[in-house]
Amino acid sequence: MPFVQPQVPLTRYLQADGQPLGELPACAENTEQLRVLYRQMLLTRLFDQKAVALQRTGRIGTYAPTLGQEAIGVVLGSLMHAEDVLVPYYRDTAVQLLRGVRMEEILLYWGGDERGSAYADPAVAEDFPPCVPIATQALHACGVASAFRIRGQARVAVTTCGDGATSKGDFLEALNVAGAWQLPVVFVVNNNQWAISVPRHLQCAAATLAQKALGAGIPGEQVDGNDVLALHECLGRALQRARQGKGPSLVECLSYRLGDHTTADDASRYRDSAQVRQAWEAEPLRRLQRFLAARGAWDEAHEQACVADCQARIEAAVARFDAITAPSPESLFEHVYARWPAALAEQRDAWRERMAQRPAGGPVDE
Amino acid sequence: MNDTTRYSLLEAVNLALHRAMRDDPEVLVLGEDVGVNGGVFRATAGLREAFGARRVIDSPLAETMLAGVAVGMAAQGLRPVLEIQFLGFIYAAMEHLISHASRLRNRTRGRLSCPLVVRSPMGAGIRAPEHHSEAVEALFAHIPGLRVVVPSSPARAYGLLLAAIDDPDPVLFLEPTRLYRMNPQPLSDDGRRLPLDSCFTLREGSDLTLLSWGASIHECLQASRQLAEQGVSVELLDVACLKPLDMASLEASVRKTGRCLIVQEAPQSAGLGAEIAASLYERCFLDLQAPIQRLAAADIPPPLYRLEPLYMHSVADIVAACRQLLAQP
Repeated sequence: MPFVQPQVPLTRYLQADGQPLGELPACAENTEQLRVLYRQMLLTRLFDQKAVALQRTGRIGTYAPTLGQEAIGVVLGSLMHAEDVLVPYYRDTAVQLLRGVRMEEILLYWGGDERGSAYADPAVAEDFPPCVPIATQALHACGVASAFRIRGQARVAVTTCGDGATSKGDFLEALNVAGAWQLPVVFVVNNNQWAISVPRHLQCAAATLAQKALGAGIPGEQVDGNDVLALHECLGRALQRARQGKGPSLVECLSYRLGDHTTADDASRYRDSAQVRQAWEAEPLRRLQRFLAARGAWDEAHEQACVADCQARIEAAVARFDAITAPSPESLFEHVYARWPAALAEQRDAWRERMAQRPAGGPVDE
Repeated sequence: MNDTTRYSLLEAVNLALHRAMRDDPEVLVLGEDVGVNGGVFRATAGLREAFGARRVIDSPLAETMLAGVAVGMAAQGLRPVLEIQFLGFIYAAMEHLISHASRLRNRTRGRLSCPLVVRSPMGAGIRAPEHHSEAVEALFAHIPGLRVVVPSSPARAYGLLLAAIDDPDPVLFLEPTRLYRMNPQPLSDDGRRLPLDSCFTLREGSDLTLLSWGASIHECLQASRQLAEQGVSVELLDVACLKPLDMASLEASVRKTGRCLIVQEAPQSAGLGAEIAASLYERCFLDLQAPIQRLAAADIPPPLYRLEPLYMHSVADIVAACRQLLAQP
């Protein structure tokens, strides 16, 4: 008998040009909400551009652009409740901004300062910082969701990752335990077709990444990750399901990484520019913009006003970022343990002595 | 219950877990076979009955998952005590312990933390199958943000485990398998904690300092007694807390005796013995009457059990090494 790939549903409501494919879901009627989402996507894109520019001019370090994936993060962030917990990966500027992480904190983090993950807003006090070791965050989300279940709280842990992460044991072990324990967790896969230079088809022989959920006994589905209406439906369902105690689910959001992997990468080395041009045709902002414009809910004046507003907010955040002075040298030791162990006091003393012997002007070599 | 019933090290661990779970509703136990079965060594026996399946959790068989889930639980303020069935199976959990548990506090400037305990049986000498006899404490003692503790008596197992569960940071609690059921000792369930960064002087002496931890303490105690009968006064210290090391106490002893033998069950190269010896040389080289010596396993994997006794050091090996050290001018 020939092998047949398992089937999972794919949801899409809008064509790349913003035209409806057929009957639209209820959320399509809420024009004001869609405008809010559009504005947030625009803010995310402009902030992302700014972060790349700051890296190019040496004002922050390596940054992972979210270009092309704004819809996934913005819809997800708008649907999560404040009391939920986000356990993100490193390409999650869109969700983080909506959760309450401040722009200057995101810049601080990528600008080489741990205070960028200290999050001043109490709304994000329990959210995890961006996770760099691939897919490990999926298990942390399961631990957070376990805590919710143990304490009987109607909260959801949401974790994100890319397509490459779904190849890792951590991801599969997370799906497995989430199913075994019926945890209130939602796995959101940003399938942007690339894991640095490795394309989706070399990552895995499964026809969809969503079908990996089926082996763990939990639902998995695909959604057009550039279609705000479809995302709203699918992610909303997954969150509600988890919140109501009906168990975990996996949503694979199909999108495209329009930028480089990070600012340290040059994607033109390994991918065809024609493919990227084609992906731009399907990008999420223009799709929603055209949909709104067709309903008379968005025009060039709206766009210009919104861009100006976003730019002002971004510039204000950059000014706040610039005003943050370097962390104190002693802070290197402050949070390794709750209290620096007395048994290691001599190490810190020796370090202080070395720093004191360095020429005036600070502890860093010129 | 303040009587002084005799407890084995294993029973002391069990007693401490019962007390910790009774005293703090945030403490929970998770691992493979820890619930209904009470653990393959029975370290968690009775916990499920006493505290229920919600707090004593039988997990799927996946060590990476266990450590990762414990990180998430701990970040939420729970105090997971997770069991890795044998230390030889901990490698799959290491990324979470090293890249996340040990760093979560630091990378969030104290916003999130990771108060978890990893318990695992450690060491050779129980004629166990392959991969059940490892002593790889040094892999963890290298990691900033972790604490590594190895008890070697029922009382220390009890007091150190309670302290480890209280501690706001991740602690690796490595239980010497060979001592699990050996020599039950009087112990009162009084909830008293022992410090997590102090060594323990088991025997005072003046001729030589003997440093060890874990199951080797058993042979070191016997060797000290034999040497005492021969008129040699050995000071025996259980290092116990391998990260951070209580170098001040170790130094004080070596300054006093001028001679030091470090007994380490694990292979020699880059083991804890090397760190201890190097620190002692930095601190009290001029007080030494002879070079510090290490008695460690050779750099070979723990063998299957037919040749296990040849891999491990005997009481006679320790006595001989002490004699050699004393013979130097």
